[in-house]
Amino acid sequence: MKHERRVRVMVAKPGLDGHDRGARIIARAYRDAGFEVVYTGLHQTPEEIVEAAIQEDVDMVGLSSLAGAHKYLFQTVVELLRERGAEDIVVCGGGIIPDEDIKKLKSAGVREIFTPGATLDEIVKWVKENVKPR
Amino acid sequence: MKDLVEKVTSGDVRTVARLIRDVDDGMPEVREALKELYPYTGNAYVIGITGAPGVGKSTLVDQMVAHLRKRGKTVGVLAVDPTSPFSGGAILGDRVRMQRHSMDSGVFIRSLATRGHFGGLTQSTRSAIDILDAMGKDVILVETVGVGQDEVDVVRSAHTTVIVVVPGMGDDIQAIKAGILEVGDIFLINKSDREGTDKTLNELRLMIEMDQKKFDKGLWKPPIIKVEAVFDKGVDDFLAAVDEHARYLEQTAGGLKSRRSPERVRQEMVEMIKARLFEEVLDKLTETGEFDRAVDAIVKGSLDPYSACEGLVFPALAGLPDEE
Repeated sequence: MKHERRVRVMVAKPGLDGHDRGARIIARAYRDAGFEVVYTGLHQTPEEIVEAAIQEDVDMVGLSSLAGAHKYLFQTVVELLRERGAEDIVVCGGGIIPDEDIKKLKSAGVREIFTPGATLDEIVKWVKENVKPR
Repeated sequence: MKDLVEKVTSGDVRTVARLIRDVDDGMPEVREALKELYPYTGNAYVIGITGAPGVGKSTLVDQMVAHLRKRGKTVGVLAVDPTSPFSGGAILGDRVRMQRHSMDSGVFIRSLATRGHFGGLTQSTRSAIDILDAMGKDVILVETVGVGQDEVDVVRSAHTTVIVVVPGMGDDIQAIKAGILEVGDIFLINKSDREGTDKTLNELRLMIEMDQKKFDKGLWKPPIIKVEAVFDKGVDDFLAAVDEHARYLEQTAGGLKSRRSPERVRQEMVEMIKARLFEEVLDKLTETGEFDRAVDAIVKGSLDPYSACEGLVFPALAGLPDEE
């Protein structure tokens, strides 16, 4: 009964964007879904996020961006994880992200992007279906 | 296994991170790894930090890491946050205050949730300490919220136990009186720029000095230090007090070996046996369905819980495997 893996996720705010209300709400929803959520706080570089994700042994990194540098930031996180041999950590993102960028980000290895209007239930359901404890 | 030991002792971050996860998830195969790693432990100095939520433990730990790094020490941090009893999830936010160290390869930070461990929190945190110790970290900082016996036990198992309070929480000290006052080696009054610091200082001093007789016999007298962790004020004084306590342990209790005194080993063994027995017995009972049948019977009123417990525990104990 006790040998069950618990889902561990990280919620991170990369870049200079200082709006973390959304990230906090997502973190709370994850907690209520029974996940362990490591929250890193604001103004993180992709390098810091990747190092923290590895030390914390999370199954997923959720990135939040509302200030427009998502293409560089999200992609860099995916690349750095790959460089460290940690491509098994799922990367997803959320925020104000135009449709044409979503395509590019997905083909770069970001598994899913949630935009304004996505409900917490949808997001949690997606994580439950797509992120399994490694 | 040899490969794993080599990776951990050479400081491979991914291996260490995964192993701590295995410990936390209660994977049975982790026991072999812990056995193999044990000979490589006993070289780290462990500092436990506890106090009520919001007193500034994480900020303090962040400053400690910065100071220890300046001294050339490598540091491991274990930050424990509570699991929600309702969802089983947890928000582990201690890292927010420490992220500036995440790119420093001399620092390993890990957030742990208390989970529903039935006393196993102490167990799994101790194992995590062992892993960081075997990894070669010079100093290990363990931070827990100071409520509940488990959390207190965790920090008690350190070389130096630090209790953090803030001014103006009179009731808080009342709470401390009951439980954790006796286990503090160093008391910190954080946010000491605030009103009420001297009052808090006096209250603490009064309580500590009630044990003056012990101190007269040469036992360690816990110092009380004012700090403002956010501004890095007083942290030097605090670390000097840790050094002094380390010297005291060196002279009186075998220094680093003091964590393996007969009393501590005895207590740890009791806890380890308790956790292991619990796990083995409950595993067995849930596997066979006996547990659920007993619960049903009690609910229906055809069995009382006392008889049920007896009926479950003794046969289960007799039927435990010698070794898997």
